[in-house]
Amino acid sequence: MTPAFRPIAFVLNGRRVAVRVHPLKRLLDVLREDCRLTGTKEGCGEGECGACTVIVDGKAVNSCLVPVAQAAGTRVTTIEGLHGRHRLQAAFAELGGAQCGICTPGMILAASTLGPKPTLDEVRTGLAGNICRCTGYEGIYRAIKAANKARGARREARGEGREARGTARARTAARRRRP
Amino acid sequence: MRTAISPLVVKQPRTLKDALRMLRDDGPLTPLAGCTDVYVGLNFGTLRDARFLNIWGLDDLRGIDVRGDVLRIGALTTHAEIVRSVLVRRRLPMLAAACREVGAVQIQNRGTLGGNIANGSPAGDSLPVLAAAEAFVELRSAEWTRTVPFGEFYTGYRKSVMRPDELITAVEIPRVEGAQWFRKVGTRAAQSISKVVMAAVRASRPRIALGSVAPTVVRARSTEEALAAGGAIEEAQRLLQDEISPIDDIRSTEAYRRFVAANLLMQFWTDTAPRGRARPGVNRRTR
Ligand SMILES: Cc1cc2nc3c(=O)[nH]c(=O)nc-3n(C[C@H](O)[C@H](O)[C@H](O)COP(=O)(O)OP(=O)(O)OC[C@H]3O[C@@H](n4cnc5c(N)ncnc54)[C@H](O)[C@@H]3O)c2cc1C
Ligand code: FES
Ligand code: FES
Repeated sequence: MTPAFRPIAFVLNGRRVAVRVHPLKRLLDVLREDCRLTGTKEGCGEGECGACTVIVDGKAVNSCLVPVAQAAGTRVTTIEGLHGRHRLQAAFAELGGAQCGICTPGMILAASTLGPKPTLDEVRTGLAGNICRCTGYEGIYRAIKAANKARGARREARGEGREARGTARARTAARRRRP
Repeated sequence: MRTAISPLVVKQPRTLKDALRMLRDDGPLTPLAGCTDVYVGLNFGTLRDARFLNIWGLDDLRGIDVRGDVLRIGALTTHAEIVRSVLVRRRLPMLAAACREVGAVQIQNRGTLGGNIANGSPAGDSLPVLAAAEAFVELRSAEWTRTVPFGEFYTGYRKSVMRPDELITAVEIPRVEGAQWFRKVGTRAAQSISKVVMAAVRASRPRIALGSVAPTVVRARSTEEALAAGGAIEEAQRLLQDEISPIDDIRSTEAYRRFVAANLLMQFWTDTAPRGRARPGVNRRTR
């Protein structure tokens, strides 16, 4: 016998959804079980590891610590919301930013909330709540740096004719840095 | 999640008034703010509470402003909002420094100042700051609003004067004169609970408060008096040992905590020395 719950509505990856679940169910479990988006991972279940990171109203949060009631009326972005096309995703894949992949969705989402040109220090601080047991982090930092360079280059490109050179330079630089 | 959620009940007030009425008429209810403490307890089955009050949506409890000469911070203001606040950075830089050290970004985006206070862990990083700043905690029930000096808020380990029908609504901090100083010593830079945390103000009468060295946050009054009277720092370090009562636990030992507390006092005193390298604002943390 399931009690009738009132629907809880939010915008998930750009689409409005409404779930009828216990209001204290973890956002993590609602995403995985009710919305069938299993890209969001559970590592520790206690806010330490960041594997469950999603973006709520522009801010990185641990979905294992959010009751779904507190997601009502918000905009939630999960890794699926990046559609595999985000520059960070390409850079992580190409430059050894992911190995087993458990930390990767959270890592990429957390990285996506850093400013346009984060320093290495800002990257370290911004990702301090995301633990990776495989990569040793260097591949991750490398990927984020390359992704931001590529983006800078694309930006320049749109304005001026310096595009090709900028992008090419970023690509070569990225390739050179590959282990 | 180890706690089965189906028997749990949650009330969802729309306004602060509703929330306070629910606490009075339907209590006891455990408030849910950013849930960074409560959900760890639920996920691990260590929290026995079954009835909750979701206050996250009460926007009246958010925000930072200055009224007269008093800095007022709503209970639901997150650590991230405090870190970014120009008002806090200008008037109470040691609080911004403390909130920057809470957990990591995800925790700072969700954890609140009111939750840090109400949770009452002796390791709460904002607590020594509020003690050294001589802040006031505003408590409201359906019937009254009262303001408690921070130094009188805690009555023992995780015990306070807050009643079950009250909420923390805000923290008020009068202007702080003198150089502010904050330092947290933990296992690593992020996500680590303090082994020792200290906040202090260098004024003609210095103010010194420490966390993780006793059942509640400690204001080191005899140490302060000795320093105010022109006593030697070594003498103050000795007095400090009588004002703290650290224990051995999974994070550290009594001996180490005593050693670190003495070192922090020395570091505060040299960092804020009136001549030489003293700088305005809060010390930059060195890792
Ligand atoms: C991985 C991790 C790392 C952490 N690191 C740190 C750290 O470095 N330093 C630190 O100090 N803390 C740390 N914490 C603890 C926690 O994040 C903070 O204590 C935070 O400020 C709690 O706020 P909250 O809004 O999430 O509280 P909640 O979990 O929502 O509530 C905590 C308690 O306070 C009560 N409460 C909340 N708001 C009110 C109110 N307005 N009135 C009355 N009662 C209220 C609740 O009922 C509950 O009992 C960490 C937690 C995690 C999970
Ligand atoms: S599963 Fe949420 S932080 Fe580890
Ligand atoms: S790639 Fe395996 S945990 Fe990060």
